[in-house]
Amino acid sequence: MANVMEIYQLLPKTNCKECGKATCMAFAVDLPGRKVKVDDCPPLMNEAKYKANYEKLLEMFGSVKDVTETGLIVHNEKCIGCGNCVVACPVNVANDPLGAGSGKAPTSDKVIFKVEDGVVRARNVQECRRFGDNRILCVACIDTCPTKAIEFV
Amino acid sequence: MSSEYYVCTGCALLCDDIEVETEDGKLSKVHAACLKGVARMKGCSNPLECTVDGEKADIDSAIAKAASILKNAKNPLIFGHGNSSSEAQKVSIGLAKKTGAYIDDTSSFCQGPIIEAILQEKLKTCTLDDVRHKADVIIFWGADPSNSHPRHLSRYSYFPRGKERQRGWEEDRTAITIDIRRSSTAEICRDTRFYQIPMSADAEFMDALVSGLSSKVPKTSFDFDKKRILELANVMKKAKFGVICVGLGLVYSLEELEPLFKLMEKLNEVSNFHLIPMVGQYNMRGFNQNLFAETGSVNRLKFNGETGNTDHGAEYSVVEALKNKSVDAALIIGSDPLSSLPLSVARYLTEIPLITIDPCQNLTATRSTVTIPCALGGVEAGGTAVRMDGVEIELKKIIETDNLSDEEILTRITEAI
Ligand code: SF4
Ligand code: SF4
Ligand code: SF4
Repeated sequence: MANVMEIYQLLPKTNCKECGKATCMAFAVDLPGRKVKVDDCPPLMNEAKYKANYEKLLEMFGSVKDVTETGLIVHNEKCIGCGNCVVACPVNVANDPLGAGSGKAPTSDKVIFKVEDGVVRARNVQECRRFGDNRILCVACIDTCPTKAIEFV
Repeated sequence: MSSEYYVCTGCALLCDDIEVETEDGKLSKVHAACLKGVARMKGCSNPLECTVDGEKADIDSAIAKAASILKNAKNPLIFGHGNSSSEAQKVSIGLAKKTGAYIDDTSSFCQGPIIEAILQEKLKTCTLDDVRHKADVIIFWGADPSNSHPRHLSRYSYFPRGKERQRGWEEDRTAITIDIRRSSTAEICRDTRFYQIPMSADAEFMDALVSGLSSKVPKTSFDFDKKRILELANVMKKAKFGVICVGLGLVYSLEELEPLFKLMEKLNEVSNFHLIPMVGQYNMRGFNQNLFAETGSVNRLKFNGETGNTDHGAEYSVVEALKNKSVDAALIIGSDPLSSLPLSVARYLTEIPLITIDPCQNLTATRSTVTIPCALGGVEAGGTAVRMDGVEIELKKIIETDNLSDEEILTRITEAI
């Protein structure tokens, strides 16, 4: 994933405040966390001279297929349904300690990962620790996956 | 969705938290099982047909033909059993007794020796539930559960919280892989916990660990970093509840089990260690236990048709019996030896009358005189099975089928002899 400086370089860098943020830098910081959308920057979207940059940013944050609102992607074709992510995800543990957290099939609707027909399905992704106000750089699901099927973009 | 839990028979982990949805008498959705389990539970794409001499036949004539083949054989072989319920296995053992047959299963070239040593109480073992609740040091030796038993780490050995392991795997558990290659499981255990050893060096590495555990300098002919061996010995020594998960890689590399016995003995002098075999087929351990209860041997056996006595040993294994051409007919249950055994050994099967009982079409079936389709264990038929750690698990029937279970087929063959 691009770092904040790389994102900033693609913005107009005029600090016009039209997006509602104080600076373009602030906008760049919020983009990966999806607190703002690429389309929230009017000059970027409307002015021809930013067209190339706009498209680049859209590619990074806009139109990836199957990306959940938090940027989590499960590559279904790689997943073998081992359930490591299901049991390792701290949100699953907190919301379903006796099911998912104990290695068994999830018994709560509030889990993020669940295996169906041998492939993991993500839901409730807004609960992921990487997002929201108290976010932390959790890597539990990425690190425990034997096939590298989980990615955040 | 059914609110009932079923058991997956995709491997000997026998995961018992599976929910299913059905549609038109078929499984339409399987919850919680891994991909391997789903493939097994959803059944075969190419079901076996009931045939005699390559022609479609009804079940009665197929059973009659199978019975006459076994009756006319002097030394029949009965092989397979890993994908059968314990009930079917017991009928099969009775059939072998009645016909004076050789009886064996895949454990004879896989986990048999380890299971035998456990049943003879030469190795300390524990259940997978103990592992979930207590294990703090888990060693995957010659095993890659991420591929062979996909849910092993998530259900029992590494990731789950257990009664005495409440703080999560990062803090509460240490998982270590010892293998000749960097497997998927090794990747998850990370570099510092991966011990890559040369091929067939397992026995030597065990001796080195014993030295390390005895505070001696651990030497190896392949110059393995002594500091790392001591480090590992130290982690093992400090374990409150350790477990070694023995994979096929280790079994194949050991010429005899002595080094493993020595290591386990030393470990239990200075620490607390258990061992669980990574059994593949869902009820292979069940066969070993059932035959052991009946005869005192876990596999590689021949019954004497007249006296009922048994001969046991390497020369009665499926591989030796076929190599020496000492059998003159074979009944194969839930197995495909023509694909799984070396062709030089298996080829002889095509020269003798062959009977296959299986839910699915396979290579051995295509060369069989009689083929009888059976219900898919754990899906179309219930029964009991023994998990890799020796715990008995009840299998429930989920959907209906017209096929008889292998237990029923074997019973009818036995009655017809
Ligand atoms: S990043 Fe952490 S909280 Fe988010 S889904 Fe993955 S494991 Fe769960
Ligand atoms: S850890 Fe990876 S392979 Fe396992 S269920 Fe999750 S996404 Fe699938
Ligand atoms: S790990 Fe084995 S028993 Fe469990 S779901 Fe997968 S195949 Fe089935």
